[in-house]
Amino acid sequence: MTSEIVVNTQNLHKRVVSPEGELTLLQGVDLSIAAGETVAIVGASGAGKSTLLGLLAGLDEPTGGRVSIAGQDLFALDEDGRARLRGEKVGFVFQAFQLLPNLTALENVMLPLELAGRPDAQQVAEGVLQRVGLAARGSHYPKQLSGGEQQRVAIARAFAPHPQVLFADEPTGNLDRRTGERIIDLLFQLNAEQGTTLVLVTHDQHLAARCQRQLELDEGQLKAEVQ
Amino acid sequence: MSHFSLALRHLHREWRAGELKVLAMALIVAVASVTSVNFFTSRIHQALTGQANDLLGGDLVFVSDNGVKEELAARAVELGLQRARTVEFPTMVLAGEKNQLVALKAASDGYPLRGKNRIAPKLFAADAEITGGPEPGTVWGGSRLLTILGVDVGDEITVGNSNLKVGAVLTSEPDQSEGVLFNIAPRLLMHADDLPATELVQPASRVIYRLLLAGDVDAIGQIRQEWEPKLVQGESLHDVQDARPEVRSALNRGEHFLALAALVSVLLAGAAVAMATRRFISRHLDSCAIMRCLGAEQAVISQLYLTQMVVLGLLASVVGIVVGYLAQWGLMLFLAPLAGIELPAPSLWPILLGLITGMVTLLGFAVPPILQLKNVPTLRVLRRDLGGLQISALSAYGIGILAFAVLVLFQAQNLKLAAAIMAGLLMVLLMLGAVAGGLLLLLRPLRKKGGAAWRFGVVNISRRSGHSLIQMVGFGVGLMALLLLAVVRADLLSEWENRLPADAPNRFLINIQPDQLDGVRQFLRSEDVEPPLLYPMIRARLVQINGEKVVPEDFKTERGKRLVKREFNLSWAEKVQSSNAVVSGRWWGPEDHGKPFFSVEQSLAKELGLGVGDTLTYDVAGQQFTAEITNLRQVNWESFKANFFVVAPPGLLDNYPVNYITGFYLPTEQHAVLNRMVQQFPNITVLDVATILDQVREIIEQVILAVEYVFIFTVLAGLMVMYATIHATLDDRIREAAVLRTLGGRRSQLMSSIILEYTGLGLLSGLVGSIAAGAIGMVIAKQIFDLTYLPGPTLWLSGMLIGAVGVGVAGTLGTRFVLNQPPLKTLRGT
Repeated sequence: MTSEIVVNTQNLHKRVVSPEGELTLLQGVDLSIAAGETVAIVGASGAGKSTLLGLLAGLDEPTGGRVSIAGQDLFALDEDGRARLRGEKVGFVFQAFQLLPNLTALENVMLPLELAGRPDAQQVAEGVLQRVGLAARGSHYPKQLSGGEQQRVAIARAFAPHPQVLFADEPTGNLDRRTGERIIDLLFQLNAEQGTTLVLVTHDQHLAARCQRQLELDEGQLKAEVQ
Repeated sequence: MSHFSLALRHLHREWRAGELKVLAMALIVAVASVTSVNFFTSRIHQALTGQANDLLGGDLVFVSDNGVKEELAARAVELGLQRARTVEFPTMVLAGEKNQLVALKAASDGYPLRGKNRIAPKLFAADAEITGGPEPGTVWGGSRLLTILGVDVGDEITVGNSNLKVGAVLTSEPDQSEGVLFNIAPRLLMHADDLPATELVQPASRVIYRLLLAGDVDAIGQIRQEWEPKLVQGESLHDVQDARPEVRSALNRGEHFLALAALVSVLLAGAAVAMATRRFISRHLDSCAIMRCLGAEQAVISQLYLTQMVVLGLLASVVGIVVGYLAQWGLMLFLAPLAGIELPAPSLWPILLGLITGMVTLLGFAVPPILQLKNVPTLRVLRRDLGGLQISALSAYGIGILAFAVLVLFQAQNLKLAAAIMAGLLMVLLMLGAVAGGLLLLLRPLRKKGGAAWRFGVVNISRRSGHSLIQMVGFGVGLMALLLLAVVRADLLSEWENRLPADAPNRFLINIQPDQLDGVRQFLRSEDVEPPLLYPMIRARLVQINGEKVVPEDFKTERGKRLVKREFNLSWAEKVQSSNAVVSGRWWGPEDHGKPFFSVEQSLAKELGLGVGDTLTYDVAGQQFTAEITNLRQVNWESFKANFFVVAPPGLLDNYPVNYITGFYLPTEQHAVLNRMVQQFPNITVLDVATILDQVREIIEQVILAVEYVFIFTVLAGLMVMYATIHATLDDRIREAAVLRTLGGRRSQLMSSIILEYTGLGLLSGLVGSIAAGAIGMVIAKQIFDLTYLPGPTLWLSGMLIGAVGVGVAGTLGTRFVLNQPPLKTLRGT
């Protein structure tokens, strides 16, 4: 099982044209991540961490190279195809939580299930909300929740459809240390329970250290694999 | 499918979160205003026409020289219409030694179907309304006739082979207005059953037969439609609008005004929908990006939002239709007792139109930008700076305006009119945009002046100039509607009311002989009535145009035929009469005394195909003379003043038999003056148009009431635009205030900057709005009221004041809570 490669990139490039000229954000990134692994992508600000994550999730298009998720070449698909793939196999947790402000906590968790047309969306969502300890707050709106609670809702939403891969972008970036710790615990617990592959971008050393692998990016290149 | 229920659930969630309320409210206002206006233009039309029909004695009149077709009468019975017949012809009546030519009218039972006769029990006694006409065996005559014949109520007069008893003094007939100025012979009214015995109607007699019909509007419309094509020479069908141009124009103006008010409401509501959509989109950019992240395909997102919009549109339209129905029902409660008739149920058309309005407004203004939501870059979930979705102005407003054009076409049901309205509106929008843009440029240098609050306020306006432009147009449109209501409408309506001033002539004296001029003046003076101008009048028949003989058959229209058939009243004048204006050619000067010139009224010229330079030959009592048309005049017939189709310079008509005519205002309580006048000058005919005048005035008042009522919707729509405008930029402001407070901005500083910004915006929008309101007012004045209206600085100043205070207060109150939010919460919560 561990030998199955879930995330794979080959010679991934990303360049953008800015007023100051062409800017290279990623330069020939090759990586592969096996099922169930926990991986931290670390690096200084501007090293290209978020760019890489965006490409891995198919949110952005590379200027060169390939990305495959669960054996599917991402950029052989059109944007809709990638969206479908995300809906089936990928979960997200963001630094800014990205809950829909007009939906309650429960409805936010239900959303990916509803989009997938699952008739049991509500039961599943209630179960996951309970798992993250927010069963009592299902009818609250995001703005009525604390930052930690919002992130727990976001985690519940990410895990609800049982994704194969979960991408997390600075999941503790907006939280205080203690709350952050609890969020990380939760993330790793769910990862272990569901056997999800966890890829997170962070510059929190403490968080990175809890991952099985740490990939360091420097000026758009994968520098070294720590550990 | 599953996404439909998902969309419904989303709609429910969005509604609960308050996201759709502005959008829904804007739609409801648009639908309600269109529905109510259409509900009641048809019903008001029916109510007011019904009232005006009093002037005709029925809703529809069939007139014939050859008797009433029994087929037509039978059809009227089938359609359940009320019927009455009259037969009218000139004849001599006798009383002892005396005799007099009268305009005899024999009326059947039921006459008049609309309106009432007024009679007095004795000569010169107080009169009162009465239902129906004289009983068989009796006649009613006017005081002038009875005075000439030297009889009073109770005496007998001889009509043909019959002797009939005078039953009452006839003081007013509802339908006397038909051919008002040409009935010089006094009226004698008798029952139709007595007519055969008089043996007055012989095969060759010149008799006018009328069949009066009244009843259900649809049945009246149907019989008219069926019979109009079957009319032959000497027959006509007409309703009050054909008979009385001043009533027709009052009704038409009112209806135009109502339709215009409804259209403006729709446009305003469209603008509010567009504004509300802006906010909806900016708030849903993230949601869309997240949903894309969670696996939603573009089609799913489009479907999700489209379904929500369609369902919202349907719901809002239904609510709007109900509100519109209730609104017209409320107005009808006001109007129905005044009109005094049963109102038929409103038709279904307004419901359909309301639904179309709701859907088209929403689909036009909201759907195109909302459908672009699917194009949100998904990467936005990682990088907030991405994907401030670029919605082109074309798709945001272009399609909306196109959709609106469709609505205008529906409402106006006339391509040319719709095109004119659209062109006008586009000009207004462009003008608003251009003026607002110009003002923003002018504002730029002011940034460097003043304190921090001033700078921030001003900078805010000019920095987000795109935003400010839209806000100014939004506020400007809203204020424009308010100003149109508050200032322009009041000016225009009072101007319209003034058309028929309280002292408009309500009595006419006809057939004053030249040697009686001084006597009449003296008499009036002695009765404390200011003697009016007396106009000379010569009865003449048109015999040639440009040297060619004319016969009625030369003309296609009934009016053309009629004009040629009957005698013209020629007059002469040195100066153009006050209610007239020369529209082409040149009026004469003193040097033209006695020259063969004519001034011809515009509509007559059009009917007969005449222009400046053509010559007319008239026959006056066997003598013919020819003169050239030197100018065309536009006549304001609504003035109720004595007016003439054809006028000559002084001197030309000196050798022909002339009598004089005049109109003047006589308060009702001085009515007795007329009785004394008839006694002193028995040959003079007195025409009482007070009833007609009152009716027209009442119609105008009711139309004004209706217009004011409908304008409530326009104001609501204007307020909706302003509210939506404030609402649309609220999120930016909240974020901005949070940043400023974090940077150390004091509450009072922020407050002043908000007040300044809104007051400044209001001031500028007020200026823009008042300029637009003035321009629209001018167009309305010209097109609908045929008036010249010049907007003055008062309008602009009040516009700026209302704008500054209104927008300042509303904006500040609407945004104030921004300052009460803890900044961290705002910044973190986004």
